[in-house]
Amino acid sequence: MLKDITLGQYFPGDSYIHRLDPRTKLLMVVVYIVALFMASNWLAYGLVALFLAACIKISMIPLKAITRGMKPVLVIVVFTGVLNLFFTPGTHEIVNIFGFSLTWEAVERAVQMILRIMLLITGTFLLTYTTSPIALTDGLERLLDPLKAIKFPVHELSMMMCIALRFIPTLIEETDKIMSAQKARGADFESGSLMDRAKALIPILVPLFISAFRRADELATAMECRCYQGGEGRTKLKQLHYTQLDFTAYAIGAVLILGVLAAGRIG
Amino acid sequence: MAPILEVRNLTHVYSAGTPFEHRAVDDMSFSVQRGEFIGIIGHTGSGKSTLMQHLNGLLKPTSGQVLLDGVDIHSDKKFTRQARFRVGLVFQYPEYQLFEETVYKDIAFGPKNMGLKAEEIDRRVREAAKLVGLTDAQLEVSPFDLSGGQKRRVAIAGVIAMEPEVLILDEPTAGLDPASRAGILENIETYRKTKNATIMMVSHSMNDVARLTERLLVLSGSKLAMDGTPAQVFTRADELLDMGLDIPDVTRVFLRLKQLGLPLEPVYTIEQAVAAVKKLKEGK
Repeated sequence: MLKDITLGQYFPGDSYIHRLDPRTKLLMVVVYIVALFMASNWLAYGLVALFLAACIKISMIPLKAITRGMKPVLVIVVFTGVLNLFFTPGTHEIVNIFGFSLTWEAVERAVQMILRIMLLITGTFLLTYTTSPIALTDGLERLLDPLKAIKFPVHELSMMMCIALRFIPTLIEETDKIMSAQKARGADFESGSLMDRAKALIPILVPLFISAFRRADELATAMECRCYQGGEGRTKLKQLHYTQLDFTAYAIGAVLILGVLAAGRIG
Repeated sequence: MAPILEVRNLTHVYSAGTPFEHRAVDDMSFSVQRGEFIGIIGHTGSGKSTLMQHLNGLLKPTSGQVLLDGVDIHSDKKFTRQARFRVGLVFQYPEYQLFEETVYKDIAFGPKNMGLKAEEIDRRVREAAKLVGLTDAQLEVSPFDLSGGQKRRVAIAGVIAMEPEVLILDEPTAGLDPASRAGILENIETYRKTKNATIMMVSHSMNDVARLTERLLVLSGSKLAMDGTPAQVFTRADELLDMGLDIPDVTRVFLRLKQLGLPLEPVYTIEQAVAAVKKLKEGK
């Protein structure tokens, strides 16, 4: 049920993608997104899709997990597709339904939009699938390092992100447990009017909030007990180092951008 | 007599088809008679919680069946809902599920969901509260103002107020002080006697299960490893210790005495131990 939410979930592994430096992966996702938004024709889309498919293959993440992660966003994808289908101006009309004309351009655009969103989501999913939250925030902290010069609280920000990410699965599990317990007392979340269903959430939300606050409090106490204080003078357990693998990845990224640019010229 | 609950070849697999795939319950079969007091023991991760959630239809078996009074729990949606009320389930640390403004309202949550009349709800709430030892004054305070042990009692009363035929409890005394532990175990026993209810209790305290239960289910590695009376189960002390489980303190003492050469048979409750020692003394 709720456990099936794969958002932000990490799949442990030892593939080339897993072994990349988190900074590389973060920057590569940016490169990938830029490439995706620069894509203007089928050839370019094909290139981006091919790149992603290769990454998935190398990462050895089961395809099933990736398609399952897509499920929650399917509504948005379909919605965007339908909107584009009817609101794109074009000249090659196919049919006309109640004054809305359906054109070839619109169909092409809708398919491209759907493809773009799906590629975007899958690409970013791949990042969280192959990078543990801790590595991710470590990487982000290092990337944002220059901002420290303008007194931006980089370490605090990454710490907050790390904690938030860390608590997603815990809170999902907690919600699951509370839901089961209230269901065991006959709570019904699946039937009734909208108002009834909203009311049915109270027995879940109240205990959930209480437990979230309790956990936050306990964590704060535990951190203070260990004399935790911000980033100043703090050393890392895991030092980040670029390897040959990372430079190869950057090179591939550059090729991808150039490829998409070239494809745009041809098309 | 027809069993109240029957579990047939129950198997449950979590997250099938992902790297997290986990077979939590593997081909378990047993049946439960009305009025039995059953202890469930097993190491953490042996499948106890998963098994329990099948018994009231919260989880759907991957394969196999759970029969309540001879009817498959998942045969009909309405019946599944009925099963929730007939098989009451008290989760681990149930005090974390309290949410209402007053203790009274929280205990009334279950009976209300059953669609009972106001007077009947009132009767059940007061009866359940009395059974777990809550005073009338406590019924009107916020559950969050109570102590940990009292919160636990409120949560248990919330399930008892549904007057289930089978009451399942997952470590009802975990993390409580000795006085509260004894109180809650006594409440459970009282409920069983007054309603002729079936009790299934998960516990890590071998002393408790040895003293209270008539039958033990031992789970190990997602499988049902043993099913028998405490006497039968605790004579297999070596196997239990291998599974990472314990035996009652008094059994441990007697096994050691036997090793030292005293002609003693293994016992598992204090009463039996007293009788055995007396007999030995008189025999000399």
